[in-house]
Amino acid sequence: MTERMTGARSLIRSLEHAGVDVVFGIPGGAILPAYDPLYDSPKVRHILMRHEQGAGHAAEGYAYATGRPGVCMATSGPGATNLVTPIADAHMDSVPMVAITGQVATPMIGTDAFQEADISGITMPITKHNFLVKDAAEIPRTIAEAFHIASTGRPGPVLVDIAKDALQTEADFAWPERLDMPGYRPVTKPHGKQVREAARLIAQARRPVLYVGGGVLRAGAHQELRVLAELTGVPVVTTLMARGVFPDSHPQHLGMPGMHGTVPAVGALQRADLVVALGARFDDRVTGRLDSFAKDAAIVHADIDPAEISKNRHADVPIVGDCREVLADLVVAVRKDQSEGRRGDYESWWAQLNRLREEYPLGYEPAEEGGLSPQHVIRRLGEIAGPESTYVAGVGQHQMWAAQFIGHERPGAFLNSGGLGTMGFSVPAALGAKVAEPDRTVWAVDGDGCFQMTNQELATCAIEGIPIKVAVVNNGNLGMVRQWQTLFYEGRYSNTNLQTSPPEEEEKVRIPDFVRLAEAYGCVGLRCERPEDVDATIEKAMAVDDAPVVVDFTVHHDAMVWPMVGPGVSNDNIQYARDMAPDWGDED
Amino acid sequence: MSQHTLSVLVEDTPGILARASALFSRRGFNIHSLSVSTTEYEGLSRMTIVVNCDRHPLEQVTKQLNKLVNVIKIVEMDNDASVRRELLMAKVKADASSRPHVVQTAELFRANIVDVSTDVVVIEATGKPEKLDALIRNLEPYGIKELVKSGLVALGRGPRSITDRSLRPVERSA
Repeated sequence: MTERMTGARSLIRSLEHAGVDVVFGIPGGAILPAYDPLYDSPKVRHILMRHEQGAGHAAEGYAYATGRPGVCMATSGPGATNLVTPIADAHMDSVPMVAITGQVATPMIGTDAFQEADISGITMPITKHNFLVKDAAEIPRTIAEAFHIASTGRPGPVLVDIAKDALQTEADFAWPERLDMPGYRPVTKPHGKQVREAARLIAQARRPVLYVGGGVLRAGAHQELRVLAELTGVPVVTTLMARGVFPDSHPQHLGMPGMHGTVPAVGALQRADLVVALGARFDDRVTGRLDSFAKDAAIVHADIDPAEISKNRHADVPIVGDCREVLADLVVAVRKDQSEGRRGDYESWWAQLNRLREEYPLGYEPAEEGGLSPQHVIRRLGEIAGPESTYVAGVGQHQMWAAQFIGHERPGAFLNSGGLGTMGFSVPAALGAKVAEPDRTVWAVDGDGCFQMTNQELATCAIEGIPIKVAVVNNGNLGMVRQWQTLFYEGRYSNTNLQTSPPEEEEKVRIPDFVRLAEAYGCVGLRCERPEDVDATIEKAMAVDDAPVVVDFTVHHDAMVWPMVGPGVSNDNIQYARDMAPDWGDED
Repeated sequence: MSQHTLSVLVEDTPGILARASALFSRRGFNIHSLSVSTTEYEGLSRMTIVVNCDRHPLEQVTKQLNKLVNVIKIVEMDNDASVRRELLMAKVKADASSRPHVVQTAELFRANIVDVSTDVVVIEATGKPEKLDALIRNLEPYGIKELVKSGLVALGRGPRSITDRSLRPVERSA
């Protein structure tokens, strides 16, 4: 059954077929034909953003919260290039996303026409795949393929660039029932022999660790993970991308590994004789100096992307497959081993790790009398808003504190930009997450630097009725950069002072004043400067449910993120606090 | 570093050459030669890519290449298990006195003279890269004015074909 219609209508019809209910975007010349039928769509809600970068991050936030591809739309040229950052972000963090851009009309392509940019060329290395559509008849199949590619295998962003004349001409609409993609066949079912070998190594190991990454979240494999962990008794570490996949409150959880990981998590990996990597990619922020990472460990590496396996660290047992299937099969294999009396003995391993946990818990140096500690603010926010809220961090110190001090209990409750480290992620991604789950409290935990990169989306929130809450952890500086200047550049604070909270001794002019900024955007603006006001301010923000809220938590400037593994340094040299190396208590 | 020859079966879509070659440069490889052509199936092209690199990085780039949606299959062409050929055309100085020697050299390599003018001849030769290198060495004394090569193409020996078992449709669940 076919129906004749313009490419623009065909596009909107295709989005409806793909199950899209929200599109984040901004119209412009080349994409304009698509906005006309979009105006009438009963199924697709378009949210008008204030910058295309915001549209892209909102689509990411939506994808995180729903597990379905987020959709963003922009016009040609600058509209499309403004999407480059969120597309790269989604590519690094394997977020399913479909970006639709208008392109100049086919006869104009290649002529340096007004608002022309070769966006499919530009995004080639940062998309899972992309398309340039020049024929209206190709639109339904292309959209179907785009959604399939974005959401299956290792998820990622797919860009569909559509020439304006393809949107304007008519063609028969037919939604494809079957896709013909001979080059795209992700392997999801793991190899049985490899899984049994992994189980055998787990039973033999004396010092094993489950190194859990974002792939477990993407695969929805948290239950299987918990079963395996409890069945084997192996300690678990969760990376920045996997916070919440395994509850922080679980006794087998050692916390986050990496540059700002816990001493027990980092120490466990360094001392392990077996590392079972699940949907993790041995990122440099986790491994530190690669040649000294987990030197004595055999590596089991399970990932849906074969190219990740043995990319950075040789895998002794490579397993290509979906983490959920890998974990389910691994549980079966481990049960069989255990029923035949093969079970690992990790008692002395746990004794060693428990000592590290007791001696080196996460902590922080409190602010001077009367000052506000950012860590205290974030910890209380997590405690008051609770595990059912969603937390969306930006990038920098506040992101690390959010990873450390919020009690992460729920899979998918913590969103942040891990791989690309995109400042400005928080507000628009929180917007997207709130659209996806309107009944959930969504807190953007942002820094004053990040917040100033994308806070214009507060207008979108206020006008579209998307009442997110923003905690600006305002230390008046690009805090993480400042921390590195403190540690590695003799405290020479070159270009890190943003003046959003000048110190007391100076005349206190805040540029901008975040409370007044919030009010200008139709949001509720609150400020908290004293420790005794933290709880009441958070509760006040929680009580507002009909408008976005921005809280300016003016915190002290000198707080640093600890523990820390310096850049390019071995994980063995982790500092628990400044100039304070942990005593590992190794027997040798 | 060693030389490797990859045969890459791809869907004949716009941009596939850019996707594949950009991937090599992005991962820090220099492509020694690359040739693309149609195949026995309509809509499919085949690239033959020769790269200089070590085994581990080659594996990594092959895996990355395999992730490209339009790449259907990659086979590394082993020297012993494949037939490898390249086409060369050379414009060689050949006046009345040197022409017989140039022509004789060409004949020794089973090369053809495909164009003649007063002072030059154009020689066409096919063969393994080693043979063409030898031909070039022998022609150099006469003066090579212009040289062009097609890039290596390779085909596996024996009855099996690269397209075997690689052309199945995907079932979509959505």
